[in-house]
Amino acid sequence: MSSENSTLVKLNNAGFKQNDKWLVEGVSLTVEKGKIVTLIGPNGSGKSTTAKIALGIYKNIEGSVEKYTNKVGYVPQKISIDWTLPLRVYDFMLLTENIKDEAIDEALTLTGVIHLKNKNLGNLSGGEFQRVLIARAISKKPELLVLDEPVQGVDYTGEIALYELIKRISDTLNCGILLISHDLHTVMTATDHVVCLNGHVCCSGSPMDVAKNNEYKTLFGEQASQILSVYEHKHDHVHSDKGEIKKN
Amino acid sequence: MFDDFFIRALIAGLGIALVTGPLGCFVVWRRLSYFGDTLAHSALLGVTLAYSFELNIALSVFIISSLIALILIQLQKKTNLPGDALLGLLAHSSLAVGLVVIGFLTFIRFDIMGLLFGDILAVTIDDLLIIWTGGAVILLVLKLIWKPLFASTVNYELAEAEGLNPDRAKAIFTILMAAVIAISIKMVGLLLITGMLIIPAAMARNISDSPQKMVLFSIIGGLLSVLLGLFSSLEFNTSSGPSIIMASLILFILSLLNIKQSIKLKN
Repeated sequence: MSSENSTLVKLNNAGFKQNDKWLVEGVSLTVEKGKIVTLIGPNGSGKSTTAKIALGIYKNIEGSVEKYTNKVGYVPQKISIDWTLPLRVYDFMLLTENIKDEAIDEALTLTGVIHLKNKNLGNLSGGEFQRVLIARAISKKPELLVLDEPVQGVDYTGEIALYELIKRISDTLNCGILLISHDLHTVMTATDHVVCLNGHVCCSGSPMDVAKNNEYKTLFGEQASQILSVYEHKHDHVHSDKGEIKKN
Repeated sequence: MFDDFFIRALIAGLGIALVTGPLGCFVVWRRLSYFGDTLAHSALLGVTLAYSFELNIALSVFIISSLIALILIQLQKKTNLPGDALLGLLAHSSLAVGLVVIGFLTFIRFDIMGLLFGDILAVTIDDLLIIWTGGAVILLVLKLIWKPLFASTVNYELAEAEGLNPDRAKAIFTILMAAVIAISIKMVGLLLITGMLIIPAAMARNISDSPQKMVLFSIIGGLLSVLLGLFSSLEFNTSSGPSIIMASLILFILSLLNIKQSIKLKN
């Protein structure tokens, strides 16, 4: 039962059908405390749908979802906010939970947008808004973080910093993360478990296992294999205490 | 100084403005003005039923409006018609049914103008009790569902994903809409209730940068409209409903000046 205790959300053969068309089917995965699970796959392969199944947004699903936590932070891929609302960044931070001011400031500082705290949400740029979305999700100190393309529209250096932040948050809060990302570099370095989707689970396992999988190679092609080889090169040696490189 | 009826109308109007202020903000945010209209039109049927069966008007209107809201939700699920067509269908058919029923009730003297546009002379002590206790309950419930309702107004999926149960909040809000129409129909009249909900909130939107401020200004705007409207209604012998709505329109126009100024400042 001890492994059950660390489970945050578990999908058993889950799928979702809309207008008689399967958006995704037969997905089984488990997100545990302190672990990062990443979904990869081409456009329309059902990554966001899988995340929404895990979050309980879709109600009439096939299979089952077991959710063991209510402390959830969600960064959706698409968010349409109605600007008939006067809404500052500060108000948005308090949207689903009453969070202390210090926690709000801390989260906004971590994502580098503390200076925007009293700005109207409608006046932010895409990248700034994305940083606010991440800040809002982490400020709740959630047990489960679901991040759907969290760094879209963020500048390149910011992207790296934000992924480092996400990794750090997973370590410090010991929360489980379900991450959707197009960035295969990130997937290879920061993830514990990769699920490769294409309407169904085409393969899953550790990043290296998935990268070696033939189905993965056909889906992602030559470029992905090259990224893989870069990492294979990086990982075929270890560093000794003195920093010398030792071949495996 | 003033006649009793006028004092009663003032107390009633101020009570209504306290409730329509925050509710009106949600009507603007959630784009429910036509929905409010539909419930208000159906209120005529509620009033006629109240006369036919000697029921309390507010209670009867509340029941009929809630019923219409339920029918609307069912129709939305079962048909492919767009929302505004369904709203129009319900609004006009319930208004028509109400008017036909009135035609049959020849034994009762009816003040149609009063029903449509409000009648301050008609406000009794009982009405004050209904407005203030009903209003207090509506505000209390709104405060309880504020978080999920507001979060799902901003973004439904965020609210749902983070465990706030937005569907329940939406259903409860629909009932609150029916309740606010029920308590204000005598005072404002069924053709103008939606105006009372929307215009102060729209005015508040022009001068607010946060949701809390908008609610506050919407309440203040509503209270001022009632005061201005009722005094001019007394002065010029006009109907209470249109006078209140006109006062709120004037406030709205004044709030536009604020927008012009802030646009100038930006440039």
